[in-house]
Amino acid sequence: MTTIEADPTVPIIRITRDFQATPEQLLRAHTDPELFARWVGPDSTRTRVDHWDARTGGSFRFVSVIDDGVEFGFRGCFHEIRPDRIVQTFTFEGDPDGVALETLWIEDLGGGRCRLRVQSLVDSFEGRDAWLKSGMETGVEQGYAKLDRMLADGAV
Amino acid sequence: MSPDTLSRVFAALADPTRRDIVDRLAADEATVNQLAEPYRMSVQAVYKHLRVLEEAGLVSRAPGPQPRRVRLRAEALDLMDEWLERYRRRAEERYQRLDRVLATMRQTNESEENSDDDDRGGPDGPHHPHHP
Repeated sequence: MTTIEADPTVPIIRITRDFQATPEQLLRAHTDPELFARWVGPDSTRTRVDHWDARTGGSFRFVSVIDDGVEFGFRGCFHEIRPDRIVQTFTFEGDPDGVALETLWIEDLGGGRCRLRVQSLVDSFEGRDAWLKSGMETGVEQGYAKLDRMLADGAV
Repeated sequence: MSPDTLSRVFAALADPTRRDIVDRLAADEATVNQLAEPYRMSVQAVYKHLRVLEEAGLVSRAPGPQPRRVRLRAEALDLMDEWLERYRRRAEERYQRLDRVLATMRQTNESEENSDDDDRGGPDGPHHPHHP
């Protein structure tokens, strides 16, 4: 279950999610480019990693390819990578001035489970506005797809 | 729902005074004078803030004689919740893909550990570069 919170006083989005994985595995899923490309993009897109140097002071660039060949580039810097933390910047190349500062914390819950907390700070409420809105179309689409599956499975 | 409405809601709530007004109206309706009381600003300035909130659909003023009471319109906040919920759903979709990746990583680990066991004892067993 993903929980999300938009802070009312600062332009921050916070996300929390638990995983059936060790902290080491969850970190690797974020730092190994092949693993990362398998989960990051929306269902409808394919992810191509152009550049990837996942260590403190490194940087990355990846491209989301939509079915019809349209590409969206994203890039940023890995400011800090530690076993329990990633600090990075994140930019959509269509809006290069809007840079998010992201901190990911990985907390060991024991028993092969861990908790991921992600905090994204953008430079303005307008920036966060645009950020949230960018997910709207896809969110609706995939929400309906899920509903379709539930209907097909007789779960509804 | 129009994205412009949502932009107006977010822009309206970007101001601390307006957020405070919304917080107080969530507790109870109030007249403009009551709303203005705790702030170090003119009633005129409070009216200005109210106009922004009104245009975003966050508050409305009851029709009728003065002093008209200002009330919160819950629909606008519901709209924001809905918006956030869609973003949340997208994040959840992403993490369900990550769940599947992590599941294959666990399987890979287990099979490598098994083959490590098989190699044990052999002086020239194959080298596993991923697990030095």
